Amino acid sequence: MKRWTRAVVFFAALAALWEVLVRTGWISDLLVPPPSRVALYLARALGDGTLLDASYITLRRLLLGYLVGLAAGLPLGLLNARFKFMEDTLGLLALGLQTLPSVCWVPLALLWFGQTENAMFFIVIMGSVWSVILATDAGVRHVSPIYIRAARTMGSRGLHTWLKVILPASLPFIVSGMKQGWAFAWRSLMAAEIYVTILTGFGLGHLLHYGREQHAMEQVVGIMLVIIFIGLLADKILFTPWERFLHRRWGTEKT
Amino acid sequence: MMTVEQELSNVPPQKLAVENVSKQFRTRHGVVQALQNVSLQVREGEFVCLVGPSGCGKSTLLAIIAGLETPTSGQVLADGKPVTGPGRDRMVMFQESALFPWLDVLGNLMFALQLKPNLNRKERREVAQFYLKLVGLERFAHANIHELSGGMKQRVALARALAPNPRVLLMDEPFAALDALTREQLYGDIQEIWQKRKKTIVFVTHNVREAVCLGDRVVLFLPSPGRVGEQFTIDLPRPRDINSVTLAEHTAEIMRALKRYLHGPMEERGR
Repeated sequence: MKRWTRAVVFFAALAALWEVLVRTGWISDLLVPPPSRVALYLARALGDGTLLDASYITLRRLLLGYLVGLAAGLPLGLLNARFKFMEDTLGLLALGLQTLPSVCWVPLALLWFGQTENAMFFIVIMGSVWSVILATDAGVRHVSPIYIRAARTMGSRGLHTWLKVILPASLPFIVSGMKQGWAFAWRSLMAAEIYVTILTGFGLGHLLHYGREQHAMEQVVGIMLVIIFIGLLADKILFTPWERFLHRRWGTEKT
Repeated sequence: MMTVEQELSNVPPQKLAVENVSKQFRTRHGVVQALQNVSLQVREGEFVCLVGPSGCGKSTLLAIIAGLETPTSGQVLADGKPVTGPGRDRMVMFQESALFPWLDVLGNLMFALQLKPNLNRKERREVAQFYLKLVGLERFAHANIHELSGGMKQRVALARALAPNPRVLLMDEPFAALDALTREQLYGDIQEIWQKRKKTIVFVTHNVREAVCLGDRVVLFLPSPGRVGEQFTIDLPRPRDINSVTLAEHTAEIMRALKRYLHGPMEERGR
C-alpha cells in the first residue's frame, strides 16, 4: 500500500507542476498542452468511442502478430540450437535481422501487402520473431548437460527430453526473449501506424499522427499516455506472472 | 496392473560385470587413456566403493555402467545382458544433485516415475511419497529446490534415484560437496536404505575413509591410465561409524597401498 501511495503522490505532483508551469506562462501552451486539456481530450475520446476502437485495432494487430512471431520463433529457436546447419544459416539471418529496426520493413510490407492489415502483421512479426528465436536458442544452449544426463537415466528420450527437460530448463531465457520480442513488436507497430495510413482501421498510431497534423497536441500527448499505459498493463498481465513464477521456483529473487 | 505393494516390494536380483573396459578421450592435447582394461564384478546386493585420486577414471567407469558413455572397447553386463544405454534398472546420483529447478520436490520424483509404465497417477504419487518419507523429507513435497539445503537436495536426489525402484544405484561422489556433519548423517541413512531396499550400490569417491565406512568392498583405482590397483574386502559390522578406530585401521591400510602405487616408482627412480 505504501508503494502505491508513493507512486500516486509522485505522479499527481508531476501533473500539478506541469499544469502550473503552463498556466503561469513559463512554458507556452502551444508547445506543451496542460494536463487538464489532455484529460479533457481523453475523456472526450473515451466518450465518443474513438479511443477504445483505436486501442482495440492496435492491440489486435499487436497480439495476433506477436502470437505468430512466438509460434514461429520458439520451434525455430529449438531447431537452431539442435542443428549446426540451422545455426550457420537461419541463426546468422536472425542475428542480422534482429539488429534491423523493423520499421525498415514498412516500404516492402506496403509494396507486398498494400495498405492492409497484413502489412501491419508482417511488420509486427518481423519485430518479434528474431529475438524469440535468439533467446530460445541461447536458452537451450545454456541448459546444464547434467539435467539431460539425469533425465536419460530416468528413461527420457528424444521428444520427451526436449519438451520436459530442455524447454522448461531454458524458460528463464525464453521468457526474457518473449518480453524483448513484445517490446520490439510494440515499437515497430507504433512506428508503422504513425508512418502509414492503413485503410482497414485506425489504430493509436494514426490518432497520434492526426493529432500532429491538426496541431492538437493534447491529442498527441493523450495518445502517448495511452500507449504507455497499455505497455505497462501488458507487462503486468503477460509477463509479471511468469517472472514471478520463475523467481519463486528458481530462487532468483532477492529477499 | 501392478499394485503399490507389489511395486514397493519388488526387489529382483541383479549383478554387474565390467569386462575389459577401456575408454579413450580425444582432447586438444592428444588422446587420454581414461580407463585401461578394467574388469570388475559386483555381486547382487553388494556395496562396492570405487576410490582413487582424481583423474583415475572412476567416474568415467560409473558413467559407462550407467550407459551414459560408451566404452572404446570391452563391455558391461547388467544381469548378463550388455549395457547399450541408460536404463531405469541402473539409476545414477550425481555430485551436484541434478534436481530440476522448474519442478518442486514431488515433481522431481514424479518425473522419474512418469516414465515408468504400469502405474497410474495416484499410485505414482503414493510411491513418490513413500520414498520422500524414506529419506525423511515427506514434509517438503511441495518445496522448491532452491529452498533446500545441500544435504536435503542430495536426499531428494536419492529419493528420485530410488523412485523407479532400480536394482542398481550408481553414486558419483554424492556427498563430496556437503559439510562433514551432514555427510555423517547421510552415511547412516544410505547404509540403512541400502539394507532396507536391498540395492546393489556402486559408489565413487576420492575419500578413502568414506569408502571404508560404506563399502563391503573397496576397489582402489590408479591414474594414467585409469586402472584397478587393488581390492580390499571390508568385513566390519554395520551400521558403521565413520569415526571408529577399526575403520581408521582399514583406511590407513588402503592409504598405504595408494601411496605405494603412486609414489613407489618415483622414489625408486629418484634413488
